[in-house]
Amino acid sequence: MSATNYLLLIICMGVVTYLPRMLPLVTFSRRKLPSWFVEWLELIPPAILSALIAPTLFTQAAPRVFVLGKVELLAALPTLAFALKTRSLAGTVVVGMLCYWGLHYLM
Amino acid sequence: MAQTFDCVKEGIKAAWPICLGYFPIGLSLGVLAQKGGLLPWQVGLMSIVVYAGGSQFIAVAMIGSGASIPAIVTTTFMVNLRHMLMSSALAVHFPGVSRRFLALFAYGLTDESFAVNMVRFNRGGWERRSALTLNQATNFTWFVSTVAGVYVGQFIPSGALGIDYALTGMFICLLVFQLRGPVFVATALMAAFCSVVAYLWLPGNAYVIVASTVAATAGFMLKRSLRHRGGRP
Repeated sequence: MSATNYLLLIICMGVVTYLPRMLPLVTFSRRKLPSWFVEWLELIPPAILSALIAPTLFTQAAPRVFVLGKVELLAALPTLAFALKTRSLAGTVVVGMLCYWGLHYLM
Repeated sequence: MAQTFDCVKEGIKAAWPICLGYFPIGLSLGVLAQKGGLLPWQVGLMSIVVYAGGSQFIAVAMIGSGASIPAIVTTTFMVNLRHMLMSSALAVHFPGVSRRFLALFAYGLTDESFAVNMVRFNRGGWERRSALTLNQATNFTWFVSTVAGVYVGQFIPSGALGIDYALTGMFICLLVFQLRGPVFVATALMAAFCSVVAYLWLPGNAYVIVASTVAATAGFMLKRSLRHRGGRP
């Protein structure tokens, strides 16, 4: 790919990644949203987080198949317990990393 | 101004788990990009202008396989469409804030910065300037680690210290912070289920949007029906 084509590609990619990030924020922060919409939006963060994590824990990529007992899932159990008990973000990240690391060596 | 300094400090403090997680991912992107024939400036430029981990990985692979520009741009657009949901959810925390600030803030919106900022906003007392600092600090880390990956990535052993798990660990904890009642727990369980099913059946990463929209809607209806029953026995 030539340098000019690469620049064109990057600019187009930049536009299509920036607009979905910017437009709703600018549009919705300037008007009073209906209460049902606000209530619905409140549920978006837990839904997105859960949707982002679940395939990492329960599936394998290429080919995509369901798996039970991945290291990621096993490490998630103590990590989740630690997060529920301590509610410490820093601690949870470190505990998660150590569990994952340790389990990798065991398995 | 001392106050601005405090906000910046808070933002950087909140950003470290993200930075820790971005580092190995950025390095590996750099390694792949270098193998795919991209130069350091090209990688750095992409990390600044596009700043989206998932689509950068896909773009590097597609460039390597000689895909057309429209194909790469369309894929990038689809992959990042989920940010519309996050951007909408964040909007309630920026009532009447200037367009200039929002335009700058939106640039740094990623899955990770969204998750951390959202939790902090919900908890209260989270300054917008701290949120912006967090976005910029994570963006900077991404830029540095992707470019560094081009030079040194291949010398770093993969999986050192379980660092690959940093973002998963962070997401688990942030999810726990978001569980503010039975409806939230039900929504999260529903999202996990839908996400796995959608991941297996749908191509690309449509699963994030599909699962979170379905789960939030189901949770919303559950909440309404619970309130309805409570209100009128």
